[in-house]
Amino acid sequence: MSPREVRLSTTPTPEAIADLRLGDVVYLDGLMYTAREGVYMRALEDKANIPMELPSQSAANFHCSPAARINADGSFDMGAVTATASFRFAKWLPEWMEKTGAKLIVGKGGMTSKDYKEYFVPNGAVYLSTVGYGTGALLGRGVENVEAVHWNEELGLAQAMWVLRCNKMGPFIVASDMNGDCLFERENAKIAENVARVYEGTKPAVLKRYGESDDRTDEVI
Amino acid sequence: MIPIQLIQSTAETLMDKAAIEIPQDYLNGLKQAAKTEDGDLSSFVLKAMLENYEAAKEDRRAMCGDTGVPRWFIKMGNEAQVEGGMVALEAALRRATANATNGVPLRPNRVHPLWRTDHDNNVGIGAPEIEYGFEPEGAWIDLITVHKGGLFGSDYRMLFPSDGIQGIKRFYLDSLMAFGKRGLACQPAIIGIGLGGSKDTCMTLGKRASTLRVVGSRNSDPKIAEMEDEFKELGNSIGMGAMGFVGKNMVIDCNIEVGYCHTGGMPMSVHAFCLSSRRAVARIHADGRVEHRTDPDWFTPYQRRETVEWEPQREAAE
Repeated sequence: MSPREVRLSTTPTPEAIADLRLGDVVYLDGLMYTAREGVYMRALEDKANIPMELPSQSAANFHCSPAARINADGSFDMGAVTATASFRFAKWLPEWMEKTGAKLIVGKGGMTSKDYKEYFVPNGAVYLSTVGYGTGALLGRGVENVEAVHWNEELGLAQAMWVLRCNKMGPFIVASDMNGDCLFERENAKIAENVARVYEGTKPAVLKRYGESDDRTDEVI
Repeated sequence: MIPIQLIQSTAETLMDKAAIEIPQDYLNGLKQAAKTEDGDLSSFVLKAMLENYEAAKEDRRAMCGDTGVPRWFIKMGNEAQVEGGMVALEAALRRATANATNGVPLRPNRVHPLWRTDHDNNVGIGAPEIEYGFEPEGAWIDLITVHKGGLFGSDYRMLFPSDGIQGIKRFYLDSLMAFGKRGLACQPAIIGIGLGGSKDTCMTLGKRASTLRVVGSRNSDPKIAEMEDEFKELGNSIGMGAMGFVGKNMVIDCNIEVGYCHTGGMPMSVHAFCLSSRRAVARIHADGRVEHRTDPDWFTPYQRRETVEWEPQREAAE
């Protein structure tokens, strides 16, 4: 069975978000901005003014830095676009959501159901995962235009805040919902049933490591 | 004498090819995987990746937005001579890396570990890595670029002889389980395993096993070749597929390389060469001919030699 396909605005209504189901395939339209550790630190820790009107211009935060260049004449060439792993940004996301009204967090690998229940759901937000990873060329095709690159001088190309105009940009997969359920944890649970059989006959290493878990249903993130 | 300008222009072409064109051996492996995959979500992911490779080639844009960390493996025949010597060679490779970062474009991934300084060109202290290998005969130079991605999927552990094959299997599975969940390792991948050597050599062997050997190749030691088959199957029997979704395809192939180690230990490393297995190779001959290929052909009998003197294997004269 193929997954359901959905077109979604980057300033989505609460109804559109509530309608999303785990595993739906999403294509985005509208403005989306990239923000990762550099932007979070500058905006939240150094208290710099965010150079966009959020969330009216965009409620979609992409954990991404593109393969792109800024030409000598100031124009942009956008190549491939994919996401970076989101779990590392959990430290900043609650404050970021509160400050910017972000409703779509787009990245790689999702967050935990604890994150979803604690601050995604209360903020009316869901997580969209990139596919692969990563379908960089397909996502690159979905970028109609680079509207601006903010904080490039301060943060460098890879950490700058890129503002992308999306036109049926995708595919993305819905990885959390308004119950705070997590697609990846659901899949982990299904796989866990088989793990003992695969490990049959193996023994823990003679030399242990600090903090080691022997429970394969655990995650290391 | 191999002209330095030819080395730089060939290196720039290789940077472009590696970022954009999925190597045929990996593509064949992934197509095979897509045929057997029956998990709904993991099937969707593999289909999207196959479309993505086509889009990358059509548009001449990088296949993944994270274009990895470009590096170079240089192999030279014993009689090869480079115009300007080895310092000129390294300068040409650094220039090619910087030019292609802006040209393709690639993501400028390389930063200072503490100050996060980014020259926006993938060049910096120790970057790109340039490693060397030599072969007994020939006046050619092989330029091999690998843009390996991924902050996840690699691990090292000092095992001991008493851990045995079962210990090796367990650490292999641990690495797949830990980094396969949520697809952090960007699988299905070419898994490289390094066994033996010193700690740094162990990592090097595993990385080279994943990046410098093609899908379908087998170690020249028949018993290790058997292990490679068995480990590939073991990894694919976890029940985990692309993105950590339920599926059958985690390992496109498993390559094992060994080196002699301390008598008391059995160090092991595991590496994953991802859904964007970026590698490109060209041989430049002394007469200026350039031949492009995607098989690095790194692990020759000479690279795996065991004894003090090298005795070339020659065909019988009669």
